[in-house]
Amino acid sequence: MNDKDRVVFRTATVEDRVDAIQAALDARGLKASEAIEELGHKAQEEWLPRNGAKIVARAWVDPDFRKRLLANGREAAIEMGFAMPKHHRHLVVLENTSKVQNVICCTLCSCTAFTLIGLPPDWYKDLQYRSRVVRESRTVLKEMGLELASDVEVRVWDTTADTRYMVLPERPARTQGWTEEQLAGIVTRDSLIGVARL
Amino acid sequence: MDGIHDLGGKQGYGPVRYTLDATAFHSPWEVRVNAMYAHVVRSGIFNMDEYRHAIERMDPRHYLTASYYERSLTSLATLLVEKGVIQREELERRANGAFPLSSASAPGRGNSLHRERFQPGDRVRVKLDFVPGHIRLPGYVRGKIGTVVGESPAYPFPDAHAHGVPAEDEPTYDVRFHAEDLWPNGCDPALVHVGVFQSYLERAD
Repeated sequence: MNDKDRVVFRTATVEDRVDAIQAALDARGLKASEAIEELGHKAQEEWLPRNGAKIVARAWVDPDFRKRLLANGREAAIEMGFAMPKHHRHLVVLENTSKVQNVICCTLCSCTAFTLIGLPPDWYKDLQYRSRVVRESRTVLKEMGLELASDVEVRVWDTTADTRYMVLPERPARTQGWTEEQLAGIVTRDSLIGVARL
Repeated sequence: MDGIHDLGGKQGYGPVRYTLDATAFHSPWEVRVNAMYAHVVRSGIFNMDEYRHAIERMDPRHYLTASYYERSLTSLATLLVEKGVIQREELERRANGAFPLSSASAPGRGNSLHRERFQPGDRVRVKLDFVPGHIRLPGYVRGKIGTVVGESPAYPFPDAHAHGVPAEDEPTYDVRFHAEDLWPNGCDPALVHVGVFQSYLERAD
């Protein structure tokens, strides 16, 4: 059937289109419904920013781990029990300091190290953030509530290949003497993306 | 392809709609789409590069108005139809309405014949490649000069992998550009890093 032969009728609702795909896959034995149970659970209950937060807290209290993390993020994440998908072969961890602010994005789609920082928030996938953060980084960060001093260098990382990035936020001075668990509790998803400081 | 998806540096999209408690999913159907596309990739029916390219092939007007997970759904359906797993008629009958799919693919290509190994500190230029198929290079660095700061393990070459063209895996280089070199007099000063496949790069000095 060519496009010109198709009877034009209203576009199905997005929910009806999703139902159609799921039913068609199930009808062929491709087990979509089972995959939704399994992967839906992972996306909502396992792949969460608390994973990245635990990695950051460990790096803050353990200088040797911090070195390993900065040298090979993927191996360090695995060391803490956080596996990454096969196609994420490389994790680069970007260290923020008082004079450096790293921020990550994906202008071509919306790639992230989702097993560590969670599936990306809506604004990360929107046209506005994707189009503007590479070109107007400081302005965009300010609009998002992060006003940086003029001597802070902004480093934007566009996830245009299959290398993944995660920001290692600067440890706040007020946290001297805190336990690793307490530290993990203050690390936010947005600080792992680099649009917030702690 | 120089498609609608290549958003970096484009103007006119307005303020980021940022909220502190922003969620990844807004409806249960979004969770289902995300799980189904990942499952189909895992099953080997199509790969991530084909998936990304099928999003890029969406009608630009549809792309701009669709949410992220509607784009994902459109790519999933397009590839299932193109691979012959499901017929479009069946999808439209089951959905009780039209099911918009992406436009047909143009040919892909293999690795560049002239690939060089680079080291951190090397100055590199992004080649002026204009291709009709998939390319995983943001247009804003094309022809620009930057400095290598990192190298990744080898990955499938997207321009080939999205099209079923045989090719060698190749590394990507994290290349550091100055925003002022990308958009002279039209940007905030920053260092902009892009992951660039080896085939897209040549030595600058």
